[in-house]
Amino acid sequence: MNIQQNTVSENNFEQCIKCTVCTVYCPVAAVNPDYPGPKQAGPDGERLRLKQPDFYDNALKYCLNCKRCEVACPSNVRIGDIIQAARIKYGPKNKSVRNYILANTDLVGSLASPFAPIVNTAVSLKPVRYMMDKVMAIDHRRIFPKYSHGTFTSWYRKHAAAEQAAYDRQVSYFHGCYVNYNNPQLGKDLIRVMNAAGYGVRLLDKEKCCGVALISNGLYGQALKQARTNMESIRRAVKENGTDIIATSSTCTFTIRDEYPHLLDIDNNDVRDNIELATRYIYRLIKSEGVQLKFKKNAEPLKVAYHTPCHMEKMGWAYYSIELLRMIPGVEVTVLDSQCCGIAGTYGFKKENYATSQAIGEPLFRQIEESGADIVATDCETCKWQIEMSTSKPCEHPLSILASRLE
Amino acid sequence: MNNTYDVIIIGGGATGAGIARDCSLRGIKALLLERSDISTGATGRNHGLLHSGARYAVTDHESAEECIKENMILRKIAAHCVEETDGLFISLPEDDLVYQSLFVESCRKAGIRADIIDPAEARLIEPAVNPALTGAVRVPDGAVDPFRLTSSNIIDAKAHGAEIRTYVEVTELIREQDRIIGVKAYDYRMRCEQTFYAQIVINAGGIWGHGIAAKVGITINMLPAKGALLIFGHRVNNHVLNRCRKPADADILVPGDTISLIGTTSSKVPFDQIDNMIVTPEEVDLLLREGEKLSPRLAYTRILRAYAGVRPLVASDDDPSGRTVSRGIVLLDHAKRDGMEGFITITGGKLMTYRLMAEWATDLACTKLGIDAKCQTATTPLPGSTESKKETDRKTRNRPIAQRRSMIARHGDMATLIDSRGSDKSSLVCECEEVSTGEVEYALENLAVTNLVDLRRRTRVGMGTCQGELCACRAAGIMGKKSPVCAKKAKADLASFLNERWKGMQPIAWGDTLRESEYTTWVYEGVCGLSDEIEKTSAQ
Repeated sequence: MNIQQNTVSENNFEQCIKCTVCTVYCPVAAVNPDYPGPKQAGPDGERLRLKQPDFYDNALKYCLNCKRCEVACPSNVRIGDIIQAARIKYGPKNKSVRNYILANTDLVGSLASPFAPIVNTAVSLKPVRYMMDKVMAIDHRRIFPKYSHGTFTSWYRKHAAAEQAAYDRQVSYFHGCYVNYNNPQLGKDLIRVMNAAGYGVRLLDKEKCCGVALISNGLYGQALKQARTNMESIRRAVKENGTDIIATSSTCTFTIRDEYPHLLDIDNNDVRDNIELATRYIYRLIKSEGVQLKFKKNAEPLKVAYHTPCHMEKMGWAYYSIELLRMIPGVEVTVLDSQCCGIAGTYGFKKENYATSQAIGEPLFRQIEESGADIVATDCETCKWQIEMSTSKPCEHPLSILASRLE
Repeated sequence: MNNTYDVIIIGGGATGAGIARDCSLRGIKALLLERSDISTGATGRNHGLLHSGARYAVTDHESAEECIKENMILRKIAAHCVEETDGLFISLPEDDLVYQSLFVESCRKAGIRADIIDPAEARLIEPAVNPALTGAVRVPDGAVDPFRLTSSNIIDAKAHGAEIRTYVEVTELIREQDRIIGVKAYDYRMRCEQTFYAQIVINAGGIWGHGIAAKVGITINMLPAKGALLIFGHRVNNHVLNRCRKPADADILVPGDTISLIGTTSSKVPFDQIDNMIVTPEEVDLLLREGEKLSPRLAYTRILRAYAGVRPLVASDDDPSGRTVSRGIVLLDHAKRDGMEGFITITGGKLMTYRLMAEWATDLACTKLGIDAKCQTATTPLPGSTESKKETDRKTRNRPIAQRRSMIARHGDMATLIDSRGSDKSSLVCECEEVSTGEVEYALENLAVTNLVDLRRRTRVGMGTCQGELCACRAAGIMGKKSPVCAKKAKADLASFLNERWKGMQPIAWGDTLRESEYTTWVYEGVCGLSDEIEKTSAQ
């Protein structure tokens, strides 16, 4: 009878039936009373902002974009996207030097890496940290990840490129800023595992930071530019070289697959299925392509506790990393409760968020300490920093653990 | 108890409230009687359109002129009830563009600014507009909130000594010879009959005024015309959208507060149905079909509810057949017309002209009372509009931004009277419309609220997308604390509020609106155990 009955609104927030389960699952709302919570900030707020943009509440900056609200939502409302989009559309334009520095992981990494020993020492000094706290509002209690002396890409070009090209089967690797400037070892571990599976690893023609930190710090123009460069390289890799793209970082994977189309309005539909998380890719090679990995015999028993990063939860892919770990002989895996560690990329570095950040992570830290694990595994680099800073346990990527146990 | 007044006003719509204010400002001792809550009749059941008069420019020059004058007055005296959105009269491919030039010419004759703009510009300033439009005229239409407007008049009337009594229904006009000297009324709250005397009784009962006059054998040729409207879940458009053609059904889309409204239909209804307005499926279809032509977005925007009001159209006295129906103001001096002294009826007109209607009625009352006092309502700002929004904003810092903006939008400068500091007071009762505990308490203490539905009219509690799902029980809790009532009564009030919400959703109950109402049902019937009460009040 009615023309409306089978239509779906382009305004996704209309699907919200105010059940409020998103706010129950929001890690920020639980510890920071200044944050109105995802329901208020998202669907409810959007309705008011449509009335008049000056209903925009600056407290939306407290959202750490974990997307746990979206996972909890039974009505398929893209709450996190609505909040991020509102920040882009209505939020104050970023003018802070601190945010610029925190967001430009690529630039800062390439400046810091050549002087890694000096930079690492400097940022670990108390007076320097106090100065950064006072001048830039980067919390003095936050421990910075160490920069590596020499980048992953320069190592790759010098020592790996030729050898990798010899493999018949190839994948392209989106290493991300963290592997490039802080932890080239993870990139090397990935290559080791892929080689063991019979695949050579190539790099993209041109890789820029995925842009997640730029988006969350309000530098959208730059995020858009970098996203376009990445998509161009990814398309070339898929369409011209016929390779899939894998990434070790869960957040880079999530950003390229989902945030590009949802927040930056970049259509990636043609290659989205080719962009994969490394652990899931390897899991599938083993389970359905018959690839077998040879593990060390008689390796020491190892107790691993797996922490599910928020963006892994959102993608629903923690399973693959956990199962991959479980395939390693001698490794005993316990899965920690899926909850936010609180750092959320650059969020936890900011002075105004430090207390919130640590309060959010507190239950997780406690569970880690009580787990009896030797090591924590997680697919997200910033979770790793947070866990290593806030607990007594080391934290590694599942593939680093896997690589260390290969024959 | 002194029960003698200069003037008794029957009806608590915008007109009645306007008369109460006008009288009290002129030093007349006035009593207003309303059988229900204020603005429950046609006042609360229309578009909330601040007419520029453009809609009537071609067909009814007089109404158009009245509208634009009142429009300019309301922008000044009732700034907090008005949104200056401007309006577009659009021509679609099926409309004759010749009408546009006639329209513009007529507007200008009536003193209404009317600028022809390019369709491309129209699409730019109003992205919701049907992109197929072939022409557009920009006019000073706007939105006006009838609840706030009426409430503000009531507040001012009270402040100047008028007495306002809601839930008191006039049962009888007391007649002495050929003069009305007072009324008998039934007080629903006190459950007793009461008698009030006055030199003049003003009938401002809207369509119900017909029945009031009939009590003393006076016939007013009223024609109840039902108009149905649909409320969409959020703002679709930010300009009022009209069709540039002869006024017809469903050709006005008004953005009002957080929502947009399409309307109306027009159909005659018998008098015995005026208290029983139900929106039919045919009306919903018509509204959507026509509304979509103004803005194609309506086809996929969630609808919140449907409602209908009854216009008090009046046939002119020399045409008892009722064919020449005017939308103009009708002021009847029953002394002259029917030989009945002390009785005035003010009817016809529109929400837009409520103030002018009040002025006319009060002028006549003054003449009869021999009082020589000038009307001040055209220049004296209403409570809420006595200072700029900026100033109020400055005084209400330290509240969450959305709450502050909503509070100021609803109460204007009276927002400064609301104590919503501290987490107790600033916690939200209604999350969709950002109504805080402090605001609810303010309304309960100051705005003559007797039940949850009244509270909704003062604060928008329950008017958002959840239609009472989260706020109804919270508001009921605060009400119970403020003025303790027995559990049975509180439950009955809650149930009747929820049933009233459902009444509006029922005609459009599909998609997400249906899902949400199912969830509400589950919460209140399943969790709160309200099912018996809900059945009882819905049977009533």
